[in-house]
Amino acid sequence: MSSAKPDGQRAWHEIIKDVLKENNVRLATYVPDNVLSPLIKALHADPFFTTFCCAREEEAVGVVTGAWLGGTLGVVLMQTSGFATLPNVLASLAVPYQIPLLMIISERGTLGEFNLGQAMVCRTMRPALESMGIENHTLRRLDEVAFVVDRTISQAVSTQAPAAIILNAFLTGGKVEKKKEN
Amino acid sequence: MPGTESNERKVMSRAELTRRLVGKLKNEEAVIGGIGWTNFELWGAGQRPQNFYMLGSMGLAFPIALGVAIAQPNRRVIGLEGDGSLLMQVGALGTIASRNQKNLVMVVWDNGAYQITGGQPAATATVVDVVGLARASGLEKSYWAKDEAHFDELIDRALSEDGPFFIAVKIDSAKPAATTHRDPVQIRERFMRGLGVREAI
Repeated sequence: MSSAKPDGQRAWHEIIKDVLKENNVRLATYVPDNVLSPLIKALHADPFFTTFCCAREEEAVGVVTGAWLGGTLGVVLMQTSGFATLPNVLASLAVPYQIPLLMIISERGTLGEFNLGQAMVCRTMRPALESMGIENHTLRRLDEVAFVVDRTISQAVSTQAPAAIILNAFLTGGKVEKKKEN
Repeated sequence: MPGTESNERKVMSRAELTRRLVGKLKNEEAVIGGIGWTNFELWGAGQRPQNFYMLGSMGLAFPIALGVAIAQPNRRVIGLEGDGSLLMQVGALGTIASRNQKNLVMVVWDNGAYQITGGQPAATATVVDVVGLARASGLEKSYWAKDEAHFDELIDRALSEDGPFFIAVKIDSAKPAATTHRDPVQIRERFMRGLGVREAI
């Protein structure tokens, strides 16, 4: 596969897609993000998943929550700044109603960030998750992806609680500023 | 003021129309009640197991209803939302139109005000026409209910024809007689059982 690593190891987004499938996560809603684009593209390409874009991350959370109430497990994909719009709906919907809301967040604002706005937003993410007691794990290594995503999903469902998986630049490469040529 | 004329419509009773709507539900249709007096009124109209009552997350009644409709395509799903809540998530209308979700019915109770916070006027009191918003978002079956009989007719169509339907009503500001019992876990579990997702232990 073109996105495979030279040593034959599969890319992070291929692993995540397969683990979502193995866990019967059938719905994916998202607000577009550059780093997540290979995962979004792969989900769109696979008819196992119902995948669509929403106007806001809150809306994407509402759709996945409704689907769970109707018996379908889903995931919301977003970047750091999108997560920052969510504390109200997490605190008033996902947490108190005990919804296993899965969030996959591509982390911007650290490790080479070039936009101060993004850097400030990033600093709010983990404190917000911790303040609501939301289980979260940061993925930095490819060899941990399958295990962490699989166990996070199964725990979220078993304990009826939202959970977040944060994709760090060590894993994805992140987004960096293009250097000007001298 | 632009839009003022178009927003002069017959004002009806939210309590009466909520009862009329619930009275028409014979096939275990799911109903998502948006926050505020919208869901107090739904609670007061009788606590069906297929009713879901929101306690926060203002503006998410239609997105939640869309999610239920995707998960259960053979069940009709109705979202009840206030005009102020709708203004918070106008983008969701375009998402719903893009998906052309056939089993989804959206009802907006429009009193032109943020009633529960003290009746401050919303933009819907003057310039914003919510049916105009819905049509411009791609929802073709979008209508203002002209009177009670027309509301009945629109709901009958929405429960039998392919949607998505968007039905808006200018409603009064009367305070609901009942208040939703605010127990989110009980609300969620009862709803999931009502939808056949879970069985009673």
